[in-house]
Amino acid sequence: MTAASPPAAAGPVSRPHRREPAFELRQRYGGWADKPGFLGALSTVDHKRIGRRFIVSAFAFFVLGGILAALMRLQLARPDSALIGPDLYNQLFTTHGTTMMFLFAVPIMQAMAVYIVPLMVGARNIAFPRLAAYAYWIYLFGGVMLYAALVLDVGPDAGWFSYTPLAGPEYGVGKRSDFWAQLITFTEVSGLVVSVQLIVTIFKLRAPGMVLTRIPLLVWTMLVTSFMIIFAMPAVMVASTSLILDRLVGTHFFNPAEGGDALLWQHLFWFFGHPEVYFIFLPGLGFVSTIVGTFARRPVFGYVAIVLSLIATGFFAFGLWVHHMFATNVPELGKSFFTAASMVIAIPTATQIFCWIATLWTGRIVWRTPLLFIVGFFLILVLGGLTGIMLAAVPLDLQIHDTFFVVAHLHYVLIGGAVFPLFGAFYYWFPKFTGRLLDERLGRWNFWLFFIGFNVAFFPMHILGLQGMPRRIYTYAADTGWGPLNLISSLGAFTIALSVLLFIVNVAWSAKRGLQAGRDPWGASTLEWATDSPPPPGNFHPPLAVAGREPLWEEGGIAGRVDGLHDDPPELLVTSLLDATPQHRIVFPTPTIWPLVAAIATTVLFIGSIFTPWAIVWGSIPVAITLIGWFWPSKDETLKHRKVEVKP
Amino acid sequence: MNRAHRAACCAVGALAPAAAAAAGMHDALQPAGPQAGHVHALWLLLLGVCTLVYILVVGALLIGVARARRGDERAPADVASLAQDEPRLRQSVGAAIGISIALLAVLFGATVVTDRALARLPLDGALHIKLTGHQWWWEASYDDPMVSNIFSTANELHIPVGRPVLLTLEASDVIHSVWFPDLAGKKDLIPGRTATLALRADQPGLYRGQCAEFCGYQHAKMVLYVVAEPAAQYEQWAAHSRASAPPPANDETRRGQQVFMQSTCAMCHAISGTIANGQQAPDLTHVASRQTIGAGTLPNTPSALAAWIIDPQLAKPGANMPPNGLPPADLQALVAYLRTLQ
Repeated sequence: MTAASPPAAAGPVSRPHRREPAFELRQRYGGWADKPGFLGALSTVDHKRIGRRFIVSAFAFFVLGGILAALMRLQLARPDSALIGPDLYNQLFTTHGTTMMFLFAVPIMQAMAVYIVPLMVGARNIAFPRLAAYAYWIYLFGGVMLYAALVLDVGPDAGWFSYTPLAGPEYGVGKRSDFWAQLITFTEVSGLVVSVQLIVTIFKLRAPGMVLTRIPLLVWTMLVTSFMIIFAMPAVMVASTSLILDRLVGTHFFNPAEGGDALLWQHLFWFFGHPEVYFIFLPGLGFVSTIVGTFARRPVFGYVAIVLSLIATGFFAFGLWVHHMFATNVPELGKSFFTAASMVIAIPTATQIFCWIATLWTGRIVWRTPLLFIVGFFLILVLGGLTGIMLAAVPLDLQIHDTFFVVAHLHYVLIGGAVFPLFGAFYYWFPKFTGRLLDERLGRWNFWLFFIGFNVAFFPMHILGLQGMPRRIYTYAADTGWGPLNLISSLGAFTIALSVLLFIVNVAWSAKRGLQAGRDPWGASTLEWATDSPPPPGNFHPPLAVAGREPLWEEGGIAGRVDGLHDDPPELLVTSLLDATPQHRIVFPTPTIWPLVAAIATTVLFIGSIFTPWAIVWGSIPVAITLIGWFWPSKDETLKHRKVEVKP
Repeated sequence: MNRAHRAACCAVGALAPAAAAAAGMHDALQPAGPQAGHVHALWLLLLGVCTLVYILVVGALLIGVARARRGDERAPADVASLAQDEPRLRQSVGAAIGISIALLAVLFGATVVTDRALARLPLDGALHIKLTGHQWWWEASYDDPMVSNIFSTANELHIPVGRPVLLTLEASDVIHSVWFPDLAGKKDLIPGRTATLALRADQPGLYRGQCAEFCGYQHAKMVLYVVAEPAAQYEQWAAHSRASAPPPANDETRRGQQVFMQSTCAMCHAISGTIANGQQAPDLTHVASRQTIGAGTLPNTPSALAAWIIDPQLAKPGANMPPNGLPPADLQALVAYLRTLQ
């Protein structure tokens, strides 16, 4: 069957639904449609609207973090530069790192998952959709708080890792580190909530027939990532809460003078911090698997090997954290264990890379911008992975740890491993998000400028690190000889900025004038392409049942349709965890403003507790009230539920 | 002086926060001692293996995509692989994974061997130095069984060539990290903990080290030099360092000493043989013999010293030393006195 007309293409013809009047939407999609107007936009629980907002916000933070990086590169472009002083520079690099890790990389992967995963598994919405709204608002308010702090000159300045005692009460004076610690709290709440939703969506809301071995690879990566987040976040939660307690009420968790331990912070932070790298990296691998499969026009080779690799990565990721601490006096024999673990984790990633290369060798390649970004991913990530093996070796790490070599390495891994696939994913799913394709010509410019700029910016940093340039220095003397390579690196950074600007231009232009995409412009195999672009409220009318791993490619891949689900009240089908056999229907939560109100109340509590512990006492009252409002059943809805209830 | 230096000179009137006097070597690829040498050997092995692997993997990818047939989005996809095994691909991928595991095992073995070699640096007759990290300077105390032979210095170590040195590392405030790329890997100085770092310089020279763990405001200007010199020269230096500061010999330096003792200087700095015994800041007993002032911030010249005393915040904003509004005559006398502390 051809991609242009997948078998389940029945239903309303493809056209953007956003411009339709609200009453028409409600008539057609019942309880899945949002209320009209501004209030409706604020109270939406549609995973696509929330996901889109989430993606745009996270991308905005990527741009902000990038601007901070550009400022740093301006300062470092020449020796003894007096452009930016140490006070501002320290805030810049702290906010840059914090933004990129906590406000961009992890959230945007989750945001993509909020949009794509329910569609890919054939669900009509994400599980616990009001929580999705709450997670988004909490995330947004936390990010706005961080930048408000930076603008008010109380931006955090102890590094994105906030080592104690530098970030502790004695040396981290003022409220700067408190803003950092509370930002972590915001993103923890948001990240945990989204993880729970994704796990439940993947386990319980899959289309009938989507047994475990038919789950798309991207969905597997999001599943593994979500579990990792749930297991890793508590460590940083304990850490950041203890830090706030040290600072706010004078506990001494990290104060050696009072029986605390400065190194305890590092263990707690990196027990979260290393897995965090994989929260960012694994979804990137999911994008690679998806794009490689689609543009090689064949199923990705080694499905089971890739899934097992992902799960193995999820486990090993928790056994590496000490490789961030090789320079401390952790016992030497203990360090060898972490060297071994750090090297072993290369195997599952190598396995996936070999599987993709095998897929490309035997496929029939279609050259489109998404695939271009994936080839860029290979060239950059493999280099970053190999320097990672160098860093895993304790003796060598002691030379290059905390130098620009590590700055190079981490950007090769994170930009190569996550941002390149992410840009590929933007080009790939943009037609699904908007109904229009991004421009290919601008896309190729975007890619080449990014690829060249990236390597010019970051490759010289390897050499600088070996030549003794430490990280996080706001200036260096001319006689160190680090000037020329730093200048080259800064030029590369501005090339990257130009390419990101081109991308924004492309998005702005294509959203209005891009080519009409239709349902499935790439001839892809997964379920999100079986519905309109952009998908209507409720996604699938009616939902589909699948009978294959590549449902839109295989003969008979779509087994049938699910009948008998109401649209008003909105109903969806719950299926079993392993075999995705239908279990029962549930009535879905409807749009409400309460998640936003609850998020505001939570924000007041979080920000208030930067200044006084009493904020937790008094602030919990509005939180409780808003949560009660959130869960209070409405009479209308209860009546609707009754109406569709079927007595056994 | 370079252009930036000159421009900055004009800006602050006296001296710039620009280039320090001593460059010093700081390159992990030019080892000057056994510890850095072992690491360098490991680096060469890793670099070789990783380069080879990179070429193979990326080559396989590029050849693959160049040779692969071209397809079309509108054409049906090839789903044959869902129904049948692909033994050739399975074997190739399996072989690649096998080779990866073998190479990783080799690299892990090499790492362990290097680790052992590093741990076995003979420490007989080692020189013991206690190094304490402060925001943002280094305090060194040369240990000796004879308590009267213990002496302190700051921001500049002298060590004998060919003799092992055992640094005992502590921190007084936040975490710092000591690193001489030419001599050995780095080690953190953590408050409340004591660590050690063993190294040996086999070639004489001036080695530059810089704090490697972010330690706040002036993390960038926390340099520690190592002067590695022949044993005889070192002994001479050590004997000189143990001696008290010479008393001032003329009126101007006498007046300078008076200024030092009567102003805020003596509250933080120590000069042995005088009443100045502050422990908050670098020991100045032999300050004139050092290469730089302000932990590598400025070259140790009379004009730089004068500029530093008047306002350290110009060259090193955030440093814990306050500006000193001394009258010109007092300043001149003070600089003259400090210059005698050879």
